[in-house]
Amino acid sequence: MRLRLVPENTSWDFFSRPKLWLGISAGLILLSLVSFVLQGLNYGIDFRGGTTIRTESAEPVDVGAYRDALQALELGDITISEVFDPTFGPDQNVAMVRIQAQEGQESVTVETIERVRGALQEVAPDIEFVSDESVGPKVSGELIQTAIIAVLLAIGAVLVYIWLRFEWQFALGAVAALVHDVVLTIGIFSELQIRFDLAIIAALLTIVGYSLNDTVVVFDRVRENLMKYKKRPLREVLNISINETLSRTFMTSATTLLALISLFVLGGDVIRGFVFAMIWGVIVGTYSSIFIASATLLLLGVKRDWSKPDQTAGTQFGDVDA
Amino acid sequence: MLQIDLWKRVLIWAAVAVGLLLALPNLFYEHVETHNDAVAAIEARGGEATPELAAEAAMWPDWMPSSLVNLGLDLRGGAHLLAEVQVGDVYESRMEALWPEVRDVLRDERDVVGTIRLQPSAPDALRVRLSQPEGMSRALEVVGGLARPVGAAAGAGAQDLEVRAEGDELVVTLSEAEKRATDDRTVRQALEIIRRRIDEVGTREPTIQRQGADRILIQVPGVGSAAELKEIIGTTAQLTFHPVVSRNADPDQPPGIGNETLPSMDQEGVFYTVESAPVVTGDQLVDAQPSFDENGRPAVTFRFNPTGARAFGDYTAANIGNPFAIVLDDEVISAPVIQSHIPGGSGIITGNFTVEESTNLAVLLRAGALPAGLDFLEERTIGPELGADSIEAGRIATIVAFAAVLAFMGLSYGRFGLFANVALILNIALVFGLLSLIGATLTLPGIAGIVLTVGMAVDANVLVFERIREELRTARGPSRAIQLGYEKALSAIVDANLTTFITAVILYVMGSGPVRGFAITLGLGILTSVFTAIFVTRLLIVMWFERRRPRTLEV
Repeated sequence: MRLRLVPENTSWDFFSRPKLWLGISAGLILLSLVSFVLQGLNYGIDFRGGTTIRTESAEPVDVGAYRDALQALELGDITISEVFDPTFGPDQNVAMVRIQAQEGQESVTVETIERVRGALQEVAPDIEFVSDESVGPKVSGELIQTAIIAVLLAIGAVLVYIWLRFEWQFALGAVAALVHDVVLTIGIFSELQIRFDLAIIAALLTIVGYSLNDTVVVFDRVRENLMKYKKRPLREVLNISINETLSRTFMTSATTLLALISLFVLGGDVIRGFVFAMIWGVIVGTYSSIFIASATLLLLGVKRDWSKPDQTAGTQFGDVDA
Repeated sequence: MLQIDLWKRVLIWAAVAVGLLLALPNLFYEHVETHNDAVAAIEARGGEATPELAAEAAMWPDWMPSSLVNLGLDLRGGAHLLAEVQVGDVYESRMEALWPEVRDVLRDERDVVGTIRLQPSAPDALRVRLSQPEGMSRALEVVGGLARPVGAAAGAGAQDLEVRAEGDELVVTLSEAEKRATDDRTVRQALEIIRRRIDEVGTREPTIQRQGADRILIQVPGVGSAAELKEIIGTTAQLTFHPVVSRNADPDQPPGIGNETLPSMDQEGVFYTVESAPVVTGDQLVDAQPSFDENGRPAVTFRFNPTGARAFGDYTAANIGNPFAIVLDDEVISAPVIQSHIPGGSGIITGNFTVEESTNLAVLLRAGALPAGLDFLEERTIGPELGADSIEAGRIATIVAFAAVLAFMGLSYGRFGLFANVALILNIALVFGLLSLIGATLTLPGIAGIVLTVGMAVDANVLVFERIREELRTARGPSRAIQLGYEKALSAIVDANLTTFITAVILYVMGSGPVRGFAITLGLGILTSVFTAIFVTRLLIVMWFERRRPRTLEV
């Protein structure tokens, strides 16, 4: 008895309610953009400059007391958050302290960090400072720029590759799916205010890669089936191709998610945001390669010189010429 | 139908064997690390081994590969700094050093240009007013004669100085070509000096790299904090000797053009006005050693190279009875009066040093001065405990991910799933083998890349297996189905993996630090997973098929 995620022979119609799926996606994209504009991303110091200090103590973290101690130093905006993680031991209480970039300083000086340490030590004598990072405004500006360029470059490179290997309609379909995934990922980060740092850019690019991987497998089958079923309408060919590759799509998403979820639960809090982005990306990417990439392809039509470009005719005999 | 040539089989197994062998040292990480350190130590001692070192070296056999995956700072703990070299500092000191030369050549032409006076100017220029502006063309000519061709290949044919007239003022600046050449030299010098200073402290595998035009990335594992690292490299240790104009208590008193007022290092409220152009600089030191003066106080003795010794000798001979200032990083260490001509080019610096301070000063002077100041743009400290926690968490997550995927594949594809699982295990071993071979650095996101590879590596196999299932439905017999499955899945495998590989390459090129670590493991994971799926799993299936010759096939 084999484990099957998808029944053996499916012939589901993925385009029976195109408006519903496109509507959901459009709605989610709109929501993401609104959230992004209204709330903005919770940028980490990589992108905004400043300092984070990670503390560890045996006593429970008293965020209020920490804040009072640091407020006296007049360092501007300070955020203190306690970190919880299943991998922590019973007397391992971790907090993250974030200090804004200081006026006129490229990176936070040793003295500032020493003052923060001193102030916190008075509140919690056994406190340890396991890591600290500070990034100057000059570098953070550049990091944003490089990150944006990297994502655009990745999307552009993919566009060209698929254009060369397939046709331009396929490339546009794939890129529509990619943009969809990237926007939704940024949206959820803005909505949930998860810290957005350099690693998340890496996750975004991986999502681009993964979503593409899925889309390309479907498209590869579409190309094959277009040659096999020369007389069938595009919509049907797309449906056949998606159904044929459905089992694989689910298998690969399942193994990838299994691996990512174990990393999410057990991998520690340092990379949790990063792994969360990828889990989200795998789910959204799987969805988009079926519903967005193929729907775009259906909308654009594929040049098939053996029949008139007639995508709206949905019946089996719609384009029989003879 | 299903045939794989013998030589191909040998080649595939050989590639796998080499990969496994390269990955093996990582299983015995501490042993191999101790071995490598001991071997390096023995080599450093000229091949002579103490019994202890020999025992440590014997912890791993010499004939085995001993490259390990480097652990990144986020896993090992350590300090990270990104420094920007203030290349403009050098223009200023060049101009200061040029002034005496300009003064001398213009004085020789006194009849034509009249008297000269240095005017206040931007730090990277010299402005000289002539009392007889009609002599300007002659002045331009003689000062222009001081220009030399730019040393660097980039500025071939260009001169290092630009001399022009502005009214009755003569302006000297460095040419663009010379600035570029100087910048490059400054950053390379700074890089070299930072390297030497960090080496003196003796930590393992520091990374000191140039980034872009004027930045230096410094990563040192095992250093307690970025602050500590800054202390090691942060002191400029620019040693200069200046003629003293006066000693006073008021820092705000205008020092006069061409002079500057510097504080005393150990006497509160004491300032010296000195000539800005040094007589000799620390660049000309060949040695510095901690020692004691005649009263038994800690001091530093130093020795100049011949040029420095001559300049120092000439100056002391001409200025007996005058004080001169020994200046370190814009603070006057001491200002002794010259007792006699000092011909040998060696001397002693005394101040209120402790023994430790004099030792440190000697080290800094020996390593050479940083040619320019450093601005720290980014600094990170990762405690070793956090790194150890991350490794532990990463290890557990990888094992669980691995087990889950193996079980899932076995349940889904039965025997073929087991073949894929063998390939997956080999795949991870190959990733580690390649990482060790190219000396790549494993970071926490890199571990995430490996876990992602575990999840995605089965994709190529899944594509093939699903295709074989489909082909089996058209009932052409198992052998044909397997062959067609591989043939038809190939284009999807190639396209899907190439696109992901493209994004990994872009990540590697554009990213830095940890992100790069992720790109490396992701990229290598793609390469090895395609290799294992197309060659290893297939070979396993063919070998099984040849032995069993099943009539029917269930995938």
